[in-house]
Amino acid sequence: MPQTNVTEERGTWRVKKGLAEMLKGGVIMDVTTPEQAKIAEEAGAVAVMALERVPADIRAAGGVARMADPEVVVRIMEAVTIPVMAKCRIGHFVEAQILEQLGVDYIDESEVLTPADEEFHINKHEFTVPFVCGARNLGEALRRIAEGAAMIRTKGEPGTGNIVEAVRHLRRIHAEIRRVAAAPDEELVTIAKEYGAPVELVREVKRLGRLPVVNFSAGGVATPADAALMMQMGADGVFVGSGIFKSANPAAYARAIVRATTHYNDPEVLAEVSRNLGQAMPGLEMATLRPEDRMQDRSQ
Amino acid sequence: MKVGVLDLQGDVIEHVRALEAAGAEVVRVKRPRHLEGLRGLVIPGGESTTIGKLMAEYELIPAVRQAVSEGMAVFGTCAGAILLAADIAGSDQPRLGLMDMRVQRNAYGRQRESFEAEVQVSEIPGPPVKAVFIRAPIIERVGSSVKVLAEYGGQIVMARQGRLLAGTFHPELTADRRVHQYFLQLCAEDAEGRGPGAGADRLR
Repeated sequence: MPQTNVTEERGTWRVKKGLAEMLKGGVIMDVTTPEQAKIAEEAGAVAVMALERVPADIRAAGGVARMADPEVVVRIMEAVTIPVMAKCRIGHFVEAQILEQLGVDYIDESEVLTPADEEFHINKHEFTVPFVCGARNLGEALRRIAEGAAMIRTKGEPGTGNIVEAVRHLRRIHAEIRRVAAAPDEELVTIAKEYGAPVELVREVKRLGRLPVVNFSAGGVATPADAALMMQMGADGVFVGSGIFKSANPAAYARAIVRATTHYNDPEVLAEVSRNLGQAMPGLEMATLRPEDRMQDRSQ
Repeated sequence: MKVGVLDLQGDVIEHVRALEAAGAEVVRVKRPRHLEGLRGLVIPGGESTTIGKLMAEYELIPAVRQAVSEGMAVFGTCAGAILLAADIAGSDQPRLGLMDMRVQRNAYGRQRESFEAEVQVSEIPGPPVKAVFIRAPIIERVGSSVKVLAEYGGQIVMARQGRLLAGTFHPELTADRRVHQYFLQLCAEDAEGRGPGAGADRLR
């Protein structure tokens, strides 16, 4: 056999983006303990998000929400063999350095935590570990990608169990992608200016007809039907925050949401997995949220 | 030639596009009935525990084993390679278990240890292929019926047992289609490896 070349490159764009490609069609679940992480893995989650409190509890507790205790993150990493993600505050690059040091597989620079910087996000190109960031529209998604995010998730409104914002954000991004894809080249610079996005990435969206990275749905998925709705609308996969461990029967909900995400186009399976799950997480009506309670509006 | 891509979870569309570019007609396989008439099946990259659990439901594990016994070829990449292995170190996760080999999951470490490198595959002529390893497994050892096709850093990264092909990296993430073309050649051969299409009659 010929000699193999042993020069290897880590942390390349292809390797960062590649892990997100491997998560497609899957469910990433918020967990706060090793026991919850095992329930998620057993149900078929493709990854878990390690955090101290699920968004519904962060909302209820108020105050400043920060990166989880590294001890919690490490114990969750030790409990499961699937990838482990963790959240840092927007702009808090030292929390990100700590999470990278711990060995988490993906960092979520997340509006669910209290932003550390109201103006600037982390320069994610500097890291070997890949990042996922939230977005409500195409401009926001492309700004995050320009900063180095290798995966996007629509923001929705975390911790509400209400799918309406997740639907709004995915529809908006897709509508804006359709506009870019249909626009003649001479309009792209002006569209880029309007969206506040780098024109190179706007051109790439036109060429691809989609975002240049994987786009999951997040922020409001509470039932198998919610997950399948986001998949039928074109999400690449779903994050479920409070929807599992704030439901009456987490193991059953976790398992049903995984199956609904895979068989999202098969009403026979969806009807079967939706039966007998017990009470879903309590939901919140958007109109009851004060402006300062809307996590999606934190940093753009 | 009609081949399938297992569409339960993972980088399905990348394999669909690679196979189409290599000249195949591609169907997505979610349920056993979708296996009908396929000469080959790709099991994509993804999370092997998730794909294995979803295969175990709706009877896909026995259905794929049956189709293989009737002549279907299989190519597993990364998670797919894990699911093809008879022995998965330290794990009792659901699997196809069709290849006489032992794999170790996440053998290089966590995501920060994921990498790209060049790998020479013995049955693929020309320059080395660009191999993308993402939280990749290694093939620790293989039985006598399994032929090693590629090694990297002293570890087996691609192996073949008849028309079952396992790779620990992701050829679908690059623009080089030679690995998928090679798999389509395996799909076209008969069980003894004679010329393309020679075994078509025996399959039914």
